[in-house]
Amino acid sequence: MNEWRILSPQGMLGYGYPASSLQAGLKRDPHVIAVDAGSTDGGPHRLGKGVGGVSRHATKQDLRPLLRAVKERGIPLLIGSAGGSGAGVRVEWTWEIVREIAQEEGFSLRVALLMADVAPDWIYRQWQQRRLTPLGSVPDPTEAEIKAIDVAVAQMGMEPFQQALAASVEVVIGGRAYDPVMAAALPVAEGADPALALHLGKILECGALAAVPGSAKDGMLGLIYEDHFIVEPLAPERAATPTSVAAHTFYEKSCPTLLPGPGGTLDVSACRYAAVDERRVRVDGSRYRADPCYTVKVEGVSALGFRTVLVFGMRDPVLLSQWDWMERHVRREVAAYFNDVASECRLFFTLYGRDGVMGSLEPVTTPQGHEWGGVLEVVAPDQETADAVAAFARAVMMHAHYPGRRSTSGNLALPFAPPELSGGAVFAFTLYHTVELDDPMDLFPIHFREV
Amino acid sequence: MATLSQMATVIRSKNAGPFELTLDVFFDNEATYRQVIRSGMITPATVSARYGIAASQVVGIHFFEAARGIKITLKRPAPSGSPGERDTYGAQQHAPLLDWEVPKV
Repeated sequence: MNEWRILSPQGMLGYGYPASSLQAGLKRDPHVIAVDAGSTDGGPHRLGKGVGGVSRHATKQDLRPLLRAVKERGIPLLIGSAGGSGAGVRVEWTWEIVREIAQEEGFSLRVALLMADVAPDWIYRQWQQRRLTPLGSVPDPTEAEIKAIDVAVAQMGMEPFQQALAASVEVVIGGRAYDPVMAAALPVAEGADPALALHLGKILECGALAAVPGSAKDGMLGLIYEDHFIVEPLAPERAATPTSVAAHTFYEKSCPTLLPGPGGTLDVSACRYAAVDERRVRVDGSRYRADPCYTVKVEGVSALGFRTVLVFGMRDPVLLSQWDWMERHVRREVAAYFNDVASECRLFFTLYGRDGVMGSLEPVTTPQGHEWGGVLEVVAPDQETADAVAAFARAVMMHAHYPGRRSTSGNLALPFAPPELSGGAVFAFTLYHTVELDDPMDLFPIHFREV
Repeated sequence: MATLSQMATVIRSKNAGPFELTLDVFFDNEATYRQVIRSGMITPATVSARYGIAASQVVGIHFFEAARGIKITLKRPAPSGSPGERDTYGAQQHAPLLDWEVPKV
């Protein structure tokens, strides 16, 4: 009977994991170590600015024991969505860390880098040929919006990882990749059912989040057989239960039963989740439907300017009751003073205590709080203008004579000095579409490197 | 009458990609799950009323027996992390579900 053992040490590279869990996993002699390192969840700036969600220090600390396991035990390590966004600069960033560890540890390493960047002019050509299909609730971009896309990646399937493994590399640093494919690539290449492997990968990609108690800072082991798979948390104090595993297929998905990914859709509507014992769960019934034409997702962001943020608090009840007057006043004063650039500047007020968290979705219309926290976000064409507008707006708010005012020495409690914080470039997701490929490898070149 | 927060074990919200929000409700026993579903309380019309949005903003409602769970997916008012947007991860948009009263069947 074939058995593939997949080790997922953590939910996100750089989140940390208990050393004891990794040891417990390695004792089971896994065939592959699969780690997810990215997500769109942290926001568009990761792709736009070429930054990550975790530090270099944390990434290096988490990678070192994994690379030792690669060398000591001959287990391949597959990393996906490297560096947070999976853009080429982040793949290279991860490569530099891997190389540094290998040099410090004194071992050689054969590494494959899988690139996922797509050029803005390629995106534009696809748009011209009407080959971009919006995914879910994504508004269709205008020609100007398509032309404004600055950075874009495509989300690879398991094929680039399989090609890298076929070349006998020890570590694969993947650019943007569908989260489950790092776990699925090796077993499927060796004959495992892609439905089972991808479903297992979907559960393992968050580390031990599908266990009770759940954690992305710990891991799980998955075992794939001919017609089912088993998941098992690495830490003895965690348990996988039929409900916790079934519920995880809900996580961050718009539909709980159909999970579309590169090249096909996983259908978990007929799955059965059964307890093997108090810590392990057996799953069967996963189905997979390949696309008639191989389809991948493309993600793209556009720069919208530069941001400056002002944080302030308000305690005077008259001021709270006059907030709408204040906001109108600030906007009027800014428009008058910055008459040359005001039309290119945007001001957003977020008032905690009123509707700061939910905005237009907030059902509570009469706030009860005795104080409000405020955030003014200014977005302008350049940082200097954003800083200037925010400082001007702060001075206006501080001294505005609103109706009924009695606290005539100042309106705002400012927690920081200086009060304005320059936030740098601001981005938004504008592209979240699918596109059909002739070949699963079309957008994903492989670079082989050695330490 | 009991509220959803009294009957469910998990009530949460999260992004489903940068353009959608997804609300999950899980129950720890079959009877409670069945009662909520049979009551017919969760429809695009009732969800949109609770969130003050048009019914067309409700992308989907799914009942998933294997996990005794209900999933409600909404269009986001603004894409995650864009200027003026308030909840990058969409993690705190579930509150309107908490005090939703479940009719007796």
